[in-house]
Amino acid sequence: MIWQLDLIILLIVIICGIAAISIRDLLGAAIMFGAYSFMMCLLWSIMGAVDVSFTEASVGAGVSTVFFVAAVFRTTRRTRD
Amino acid sequence: MRLLGFITVVLLGGLLFHLSLDFPDLGDASSPAATHVSPYYIEHTMEDTSVPNIVTAVLADYRGYDTLFETAVIFSAGLACFFLMRISERTAPKARFYRHLPTGLTLRIEKGGKIPEDTREFERIDSVWVPYDVIITMTCRLVVPFIQLFALYVIAHGHHSPGGGFQGGVIFGAAIILYAISNNLRRTLRRMSERMSALFGSVGVIIYGGTGMLCLLLGAGFLDYRGMASLLGVDPVSARSYSILIVETGVGLAVTAVMVWIYYNLSSAGKQDEGL
Repeated sequence: MIWQLDLIILLIVIICGIAAISIRDLLGAAIMFGAYSFMMCLLWSIMGAVDVSFTEASVGAGVSTVFFVAAVFRTTRRTRD
Repeated sequence: MRLLGFITVVLLGGLLFHLSLDFPDLGDASSPAATHVSPYYIEHTMEDTSVPNIVTAVLADYRGYDTLFETAVIFSAGLACFFLMRISERTAPKARFYRHLPTGLTLRIEKGGKIPEDTREFERIDSVWVPYDVIITMTCRLVVPFIQLFALYVIAHGHHSPGGGFQGGVIFGAAIILYAISNNLRRTLRRMSERMSALFGSVGVIIYGGTGMLCLLLGAGFLDYRGMASLLGVDPVSARSYSILIVETGVGLAVTAVMVWIYYNLSSAGKQDEGL
């Protein structure tokens, strides 16, 4: 495995994680969380855990993002804090 | 209060980082897991269960008890969403909106007005803005069967490649959710009703638990699939392989139904009348 690539993906994971909790637009936070999940999925597959990576891609990046977007659609896009 | 929270997070995070230094390195051959646990599975899985993918064998056979309750947890998540969000009272909305499909005209019909039948020409649409795009609708309609086929492949081919009941079930559920997003909720509910998804969810868990009970009745331990050999008419090793498939099918069924069920309640705020 290429350690530079590993490091870049890890950095993106951290940036996405911080952005997901600090962003004010909840729809944006949902999308950031999806990006975070996808980068985590890449990290799992770099570490050789292909089954976990598959689950992360389908559950984390796929369905849970849809659930977040559906919840935002039914409530509000703005957060107070 | 914010400062207090920040300090707590920093302290706990620092503790976590500090403790993670004690973990064995990635791929360390002398770690306890690599000396005691992993070698047994790597050496014995093929002769015990004839399943090439060790992860699937561990998930559904050696640690089948865990997976049974994971499935039960997912089912209870669906149940919790149902109990929290579902609103059963059916008060008629103030106004309903219909679209005349050939011309694209939108009709607003007040309460008590004459409601056109849901035919090929008139279709009920949501009261919030709903775009109607032939390209998106048709593309999703074409893509959905292939996604479902891939999901069935993932469930059935979990013995040989990454995948299994959880992933396949989620992909199958995502295909139905894609249909709901690209068309509308009512049309999806006509294809797969709420009652059906609740039924499938519980049937999936019952398949899993029932397989375990069947093993118990046939003289082996709970979820010890060797007991299924006489019922399936094969040797005990193949019986474990086949039983893994049965169990994974149950998991896939439960996960599919629960994903769709949660989406129904979440996207329509429990009314299941108008949705995303």
